[in-house]
Parts: sequence; structure tokens; C-alpha cells
Amino acid sequence: MGGERDVTPKQQSPSSYTVEQLVAVNPYNPDILPDLENYVNEQVSSQTYSLDANLCLLRLYQFEPERMSTQIVARILVKALMAMPAPDFSLCLFLIPERVQMEEQIKALIVLLHYLETARFRQFWDEAAKSRHIVEVVPGFEQAIQTYAIHVLSLTYQKVPRSVLAEAINIEGLSLDKFLEHQVANCGWNLEKGQGQGPTHCPASQRVQPSRVEEKCCR
Amino acid sequence: MASSYDYEDAHPQQQDALGYDPNFVPDSVKTFVVHLYRHIREKNVYEIHQMYETSFQTLSDRMFKDTPWPSVDAVAQYVDNDHVFCLLYREMWFRHLYARLSPTLKQRIDSWDNYCSLFQVVLHGVVNMQLPNQWLWDMVDEFVYQFQSFCQYRAKMKNKTEQEIALLRQFDQAWNVYGVLNFLQALVEKSMIIQILEQEKEGLEQFTATDGYDYNGGSNVLKVLGYFSMVGLLRVHCLLGDYHTGLKCLLPIDISQQGVYTSVIGSHITTIYHYGFANLMLRRYVEAIREFNKILLYIYKIKQYHQKSPQYEQILKKNEQMYALLAICLSLCPQVKLVEETVNSQLREKYGEKMLRMQRYDDEAFALYDELFSYACPKFITPSAPSYEEPLVNYNQDAYRLQLKLFLYEVKQQQLLSGVRTFLKVYSTISLGKLATYMEVDEPTLRTILMTYKHKTHAVDSDGKIISNADVDFYIDDEMIHVGESKPAKRYGDYFLRQIVKLEGVMNDMDRIKLE
Repeated sequence: MGGERDVTPKQQSPSSYTVEQLVAVNPYNPDILPDLENYVNEQVSSQTYSLDANLCLLRLYQFEPERMSTQIVARILVKALMAMPAPDFSLCLFLIPERVQMEEQIKALIVLLHYLETARFRQFWDEAAKSRHIVEVVPGFEQAIQTYAIHVLSLTYQKVPRSVLAEAINIEGLSLDKFLEHQVANCGWNLEKGQGQGPTHCPASQRVQPSRVEEKCCR
Repeated sequence: MASSYDYEDAHPQQQDALGYDPNFVPDSVKTFVVHLYRHIREKNVYEIHQMYETSFQTLSDRMFKDTPWPSVDAVAQYVDNDHVFCLLYREMWFRHLYARLSPTLKQRIDSWDNYCSLFQVVLHGVVNMQLPNQWLWDMVDEFVYQFQSFCQYRAKMKNKTEQEIALLRQFDQAWNVYGVLNFLQALVEKSMIIQILEQEKEGLEQFTATDGYDYNGGSNVLKVLGYFSMVGLLRVHCLLGDYHTGLKCLLPIDISQQGVYTSVIGSHITTIYHYGFANLMLRRYVEAIREFNKILLYIYKIKQYHQKSPQYEQILKKNEQMYALLAICLSLCPQVKLVEETVNSQLREKYGEKMLRMQRYDDEAFALYDELFSYACPKFITPSAPSYEEPLVNYNQDAYRLQLKLFLYEVKQQQLLSGVRTFLKVYSTISLGKLATYMEVDEPTLRTILMTYKHKTHAVDSDGKIISNADVDFYIDDEMIHVGESKPAKRYGDYFLRQIVKLEGVMNDMDRIKLE
């Protein structure tokens, strides 16, 4: 394959390159496929993320479908889910053949995406609980989704009722108190006491986009 | 030259009866190649351009309407058997064949080989010609087109003959996706075009100012091919459904400004069409609307000057497709104020009624989204080789169906938003309870709809920044929805200017009548 690769005479000593550099230097090289697969696992374990590298891998799968690993595809999709509100998950789906999208694992992830895209957090957490085996292997999953939920809440609400927040981030009772305490101390949230279930005051009104929300989307 | 035309016209029967003789070179073709060869050696870009754009078309229309041009071997003797000229001639030969006849598999493979040889020569720097941008653009454009055409052809496996399948297996490197991408990438890299554009910003290089031409005796071929290859990469990635990577390939070109890409109308349109389409798929509707608006206005103003150009039909086709894409964008993101009046009135004329129905989000509306998308989308391809095992199946529609399905999925997710919009437009404040009643949903559902609205009206731009695309905005405070003021900016300036021009026209007409 890739008989024209000699067209681009490149210094190929992979050992001296990081995977990111490999992708940048030679994005259309089937030989880097195993490196990219390892890199997906590395992203999972080290809680890092590279959309470019993952798209590059999906592209190679698209060119040579017989080399595709559903396991790896599923991991890429979980990481993409964690990158919400960025549209990474859709970007990946555009490259995944329909027949692979029909496989159980992938189908489950597409359902999860649908709930996140339509802000149905209750259903999302219920469904995620059923797919534990897929999402639990990826550290930081819950926190990433909570961050996304808070992002959407802060775009929408001036003050978020405690119950709405609890549902969206799937934290209740004492844990929620703890969570709020942490947010007040570190993220500038205000709590509004009052009626039994006092509303929680996020600092983020839709008019001022706090930098906190933006940072999360940087990759 | 006139005499040779007469000669041809006098013997149409005879030629038909004899069929196509690839070795027969009419005098007019002899003259054509001799002159073209001389102009290329003399680096007379103006004359090359004339011959390439006009003479080639005229000769094709008059003598090669439904036969190929004479073979390269037959004309080589008139051009000193010049290797590079023969490669260029063959490139045009195949382009003409693709445009007017249907290429056989063998011809497709030969054309691939010719591109390989041509690009190898350019990449190894042994070319010192100066060619018109139009021609260089056409090379990249045609290269990508033939790749796409090959993928479509190959995917129709059902009616392949044994012979064709044997050829496909034997020449599995022909139009191989890695080969195509690596050639384009190699042209970008070898030409150093990204660095050149970077240095140009600091005033250290001239590229855009000279339209890519080299006035110091050098060649423009590699540089400009490299430049257009970035657009080629954008297009290939869009065909593959890889919109993010496509846009990344285009990043070195600043499309907010004029550039070499705008020096050739075909390149200008291809760039913006794919840029806009990719942004639409990335949900960056405002960005897509802005660029579609600009190019549609531009086409509206200049299309009359291209009526005789061979690209005219293509220009009109892309024009119509981009109106369809604009209709989709505006239905999902009603930012009509971004659209100039002329474009808007054209749009209403073409799609006004459909756009109204698309707002309803019922089955009929989905059918319309489907229709417009299918009409206006790129010709998606499946890049992988077929399975040669029986039973042979066609897979030429697979890529298109997947992109369509995912797009309609997105439309479905947004279906309740147009209802929200309608209410937000007429209230400055409204309680959650009341809006829930109006929309016939319970309150928790309304909350999710409102959050969906927020999520879907925000896009993540290429720097990862979150930007709002919302035409109407709101926030919720204590069970009340407060709607942000949206002041519709009336375009009085545009409107008055147009009326003034009209009035002047009428007054001129009246003056003329008086004189007669």
C-alpha cells in the first residue's frame, strides 16, 4: 500500500518522534497505525487527549477497514464524548462505517451522545450506568461529563436550582454539599440560602462567558 | 489555421466512417501544439493562457466533440519529443476525454500514471516553466475529480467484467487513496508554500501580490501547485467525511482576504463551497452563512463575464448548490441579518417556500432537508478497495448515505428548537410554567429543550473557543425566562444605494428618450 510514499522523502526515525509529531509530519502513512492505537490507550491511561491523532487513526481504518479494532474505536468515542461540547464525537462518526456503528458497544455510545446533545442528563446517567464496562475503563469520564453539564447549565441559568444541578451532574445529598463547597472555594460559585432548597448560584450567566468554561474546550 | 478548419469541415462523413485514428494529426492541431510549445519555452504566460483557455476549447468543439484528441505519440515529433510538454499534453488529453466521453478502466489507470510522472517531474524540481494559474488549478482540480470518479466507478462492483476485475487487482496502486493524499501533501511540502505564506505576512516574500507568478526568471509551477493542493486536500477530506482535517489543511490560506485562490474562479468557488460545507457539518452555521453569502454575492456580480468560459456550467451548478446549503444553514440558524439583500432575495425566490416548510420539523420538513442536502453535498467516496469475493456488491452509495444519515440525525435533535425560537421572539420575559404549557410539554422537558437550544446555538471554533450563533438569546432566573434584546439591524444603506442606482438608471433611460 501507499506506493507513492517515496514521493515524500522524510527522515523516518520514529523513535525520535512523538506520536503527535508523527501525525503532523506524515499524516497519510499506514505504518503509523500501531503507534496511533497505542497512543489511544495512552490517552486513556494518562487522561490526555488528541483529536488530531485519533482522527488520523480513524482515517487509516477507513482506508483499510480490515485493520479496524472496534475496541479502539470505542475508546476514541468515549474520549470524544468527554470533549463535549466540542463536536468531536460527530467528527469521529463521520469516519466510521455504518456497519461498525451498528455494533453493540458503539450503539450504546451513540445513545449516550444523543442524551448529552439534547441535555437529557437524567437519562444519560441511567444509560451510562448500564454501559459501565465501556465508560468505566476510561478515567475521568464522570468528571468530564459533569464539566460539560455545568457548562450547559451556566449558559442557561443565572441561578441553578439545587435539584436541577443534582440531576445534571448526578451527585446528591452529602456528596453534593461537598461538591458545592469545593466549587465555592475554587470556582467562585455563590450559594443562595433561603427556602428549604435554596438555589445554587453559578457565577456564569450567559452574558459573561467565564474563562473557566472556555478553557475546558482547549485541546 | 482557417484552411485546416475548412479541411475538417469538408470531410465530416469521411472521418466518421473511418472512425477515430489516434495517429492522425490535423494541421490545426499541429499548429496548436507547435505554438503552445513555443510559448511555454518563451514563458509567455499571456499567450499560453489564450491558447489553453480559448484555442483548446475551440478546437475541441470543432473537431473533437466526441472523439479524443490525437495521441501524444503522434504529436511528439512536432514538439522535439519534449518530455514535460508531452506529459502536459496528455494531461489535457485525458481531461478532454473525461469531460466528453466516458473513460475506460485502462484509460483511468493510464491517466493516473500520467499524473504520477507529471507530479514527479514537478516535485524533483526539473521544471522551469511559467504556467497560467488557471491551468495549474485545473490540474489539481482534475486530479481530485478523477480520483473521486475512480472511487465511484470502482464501487459499482455488480456489473464489472472479469477483465475489469483482473485489471483492478493488477493495478491496485492506481488512484490509491494514500497515493493521492501523499502527492497533494508532497506538493504542499516541497513547494514550501506554507512557509512562503507565513513569510509574506512579515513582508519577506511576495506571492499573493504577483498572483503566484515569478518575475525573476523562476518557475511558478511547484509553488502554485502546492498552493492549490491545499484546496485539493480540503476537497479530498470533505469527500472522505473528514471535515476537521480538511479545514486544517486550508488554514494557511486566509480566506477572509483575496488571495491566489480567488485569482481563478473555479478555485475560489471550490474553496468556499467546501469550506462552507465543512463548517455546516461542524455546526458552525454562522461561519458557513458568512462565507456562502460573500461568494454568492460575488458570483451574482461576475457570472455574466464567464458566460463563454468552459467553467460556466460548473459555476452555475455550484451557485445553485450553495443556495441550497445556505437555505439549510439559515433554517437551522436563522441569522438572516448576515445575508446581503441581493443574496437574500435570490434565496427567497429559490427556496423561500421550502424554507418555511423546513421550519415545521415534521416528516415533510425532514424530506426537504434530505432533498436539499442530497442535491448540494459533495460526492462522497469510499476510499477502500472493494472485496472481490462473490457476490459482488455495489457500495458507491455507502459514504453518501452515512453522511446524510448523520446530518438528518442532527436536524432531528434540533427539531424542537424552532418552536422555542418562535416564543422567545414574542416575549421579553415568560415563566417556565407558561412556556411549558404553550409548548405542550412538562417543565423538566422544557428545561432540557432550553438547554439543548443553548448547546446547539453555541459552536466551538477552530481555536477551541465557544461562540454563540444564537439569533435570539435568553437566560433563566428564578423560574423566569428573560429574553435578550435582539435588535434587527435594518440595512438602510444597502437599500438606499440600490434605489439610487435604479433611479439613476431610469433617469438615464429618460434622457436617452428625449434625445431621439
